[in-house]
Amino acid sequence: MMGLLLKNDCWLIWPFVLPLFGALLSFLFKQRPRLPGLIVALLTTLSSGVLAWKLVRHGVGRYDLGGWQPPLGISLRGDGPAVLMVLMTAVTGLAISIYAGGYFRSRIAKVEDERRHIIQERFFWPLWLLLWGALNGLFLSADIFNMYITLELVALSSVGLTVLSGKPASQVAGMRYLLVSILGSLSFLLGVGFLYKAFGSLDLATIQAALSFSPPVAMAMALISVGLLLKSALFPFHFWLPPAHANALAPVSAILSGLVVKGSWYLFFRFWLGFLPLIGDGGNAVMAALGGAAIIWGAFQAFSQQRLKMLVAYSTVAQIGYLFIIFPLTGAGAGPAASAVFYFAISHSCAKAAMFLAAGTIFLQMGHDRIRDLAGVRQLLPITSFAFALGGLSLMGLPPSGGFIAKYMYLSMAVSQDRWWLVLLIVIGSGLTAAYIFRAVSHILSPKMVHGQGQVVVAPCMEWSALALALVAILLGFIAPLPLALLGVTG
Amino acid sequence: MSVSPTFVYGLTGLFLFVVGLGGLISCPQLLRKILAVNIMVSGVFLFLVTIGYGHGVIIDPVPHAMVLTGIVVSVSGTAVALALACRVHETFNMSDLLKRRTRSNDR
Repeated sequence: MMGLLLKNDCWLIWPFVLPLFGALLSFLFKQRPRLPGLIVALLTTLSSGVLAWKLVRHGVGRYDLGGWQPPLGISLRGDGPAVLMVLMTAVTGLAISIYAGGYFRSRIAKVEDERRHIIQERFFWPLWLLLWGALNGLFLSADIFNMYITLELVALSSVGLTVLSGKPASQVAGMRYLLVSILGSLSFLLGVGFLYKAFGSLDLATIQAALSFSPPVAMAMALISVGLLLKSALFPFHFWLPPAHANALAPVSAILSGLVVKGSWYLFFRFWLGFLPLIGDGGNAVMAALGGAAIIWGAFQAFSQQRLKMLVAYSTVAQIGYLFIIFPLTGAGAGPAASAVFYFAISHSCAKAAMFLAAGTIFLQMGHDRIRDLAGVRQLLPITSFAFALGGLSLMGLPPSGGFIAKYMYLSMAVSQDRWWLVLLIVIGSGLTAAYIFRAVSHILSPKMVHGQGQVVVAPCMEWSALALALVAILLGFIAPLPLALLGVTG
Repeated sequence: MSVSPTFVYGLTGLFLFVVGLGGLISCPQLLRKILAVNIMVSGVFLFLVTIGYGHGVIIDPVPHAMVLTGIVVSVSGTAVALALACRVHETFNMSDLLKRRTRSNDR
């Protein structure tokens, strides 16, 4: 029995099953959901790490749930990109979980309106673990209908998390987020129907092997692409993202911006890469144009925001653009392009989550997040200010950070393929990113002492977990061969 | 030339999808938006069920299993949407319903 459980491919189901189990557990222990939540978060991270280790040792794993083979059964497949995303979710998710423990403790300790904070924590842990499990399932599923199910699970649990703060603005944002998500999923499901009609299979690898052009396939691609673009908030579908991300609780903002957006992008990338022979240069150019518009528009919006969390949320709109401008560069082979864009995704996830966590700490300490009134934060929260600045460095792409490595790969590919407008776009985008980051950081780091706010109310683990994530974002600049080796395990 | 019934069903499914999409975009009221989404869902399910009949005499069960799972998902989605719509309604009708606000403050 133990031997069966520890078998190579069995590891695929642990990062999926453990958080789901933890969600139930933390829901049952509703008087103290924090302890089971944290334990399960730790176990999930460990199992994701073991999965990555197994992948490097034994190659791609495949697991048919219940022993049923496709087309009837549902199978999980862990190749390089999938496991890298699972690992990214694990690292970011563990830091967010530790942060959330301190966050709710600090909020409950502030006494005023204590009951509301306890209820928020009671619902946070089950929803967050459910979301974690659904994300891992999304990354690991090999079956397009299962992808639809996990997309819906991710959407429902992240809407629940969004409205948890109870603010009127977050309710409206959550409602809009839910409708957009359902619309995206339905479009995806209709596309799945067309693909099944054309190929008689739900297994993505089988479909991609049998690929040929026909009107239903074109219809399927259009429906799936639009559905996933809506969910990944690429310009001009970004309208729902900033209010939803900025009005949520601090750990929830980090989860949504760092992880959830990557889920639908990951599916889009996998589909688009598999269907690349059918798409041609026109489709890739459209994606790059939308990505470029997102980079410019998001950066200008971020620069003109008055609130720190809104600034970070619009920064997400801009950074999503980088995930899509990669498509014209896939012409000379998908391998290098995939390395660059996945590296960008993982370093953005760490950096953005660190920045949202830091912004949440600042909000909790100061009671507001108006950027021009943030002078003196440095004296009160030196570690948090440092974490915010470090995350910003990685977003800008300054060496030595993960963002730098990713942008360097982008630039070298663009130069070698003579796509000069893309080089220009990346350089302008980095400049604009620097502009809005410096605007926020200059206020946070300015030395004016604030009076009457001397007492630090936030828990130390909130500050340290944000810093740890920011340091991971920087560290990714030094250990580039490791994630890229993991990514290279395919086939 | 006769039109096969599956073709008609499939086309009706797509038509319902488009009608629901139009309603989702054009209706301002939340309840109507949720109903529009449900019409879209019905369209997608009708289309999926039709696919099962496409492959000859033997009926393919896989799309039917997909529809069953999809119904569960869509019911949960509708439930969440309705609950959220109630909250939004409570929050934003406060100016008209001052009594309700005072009552909820007493609790």
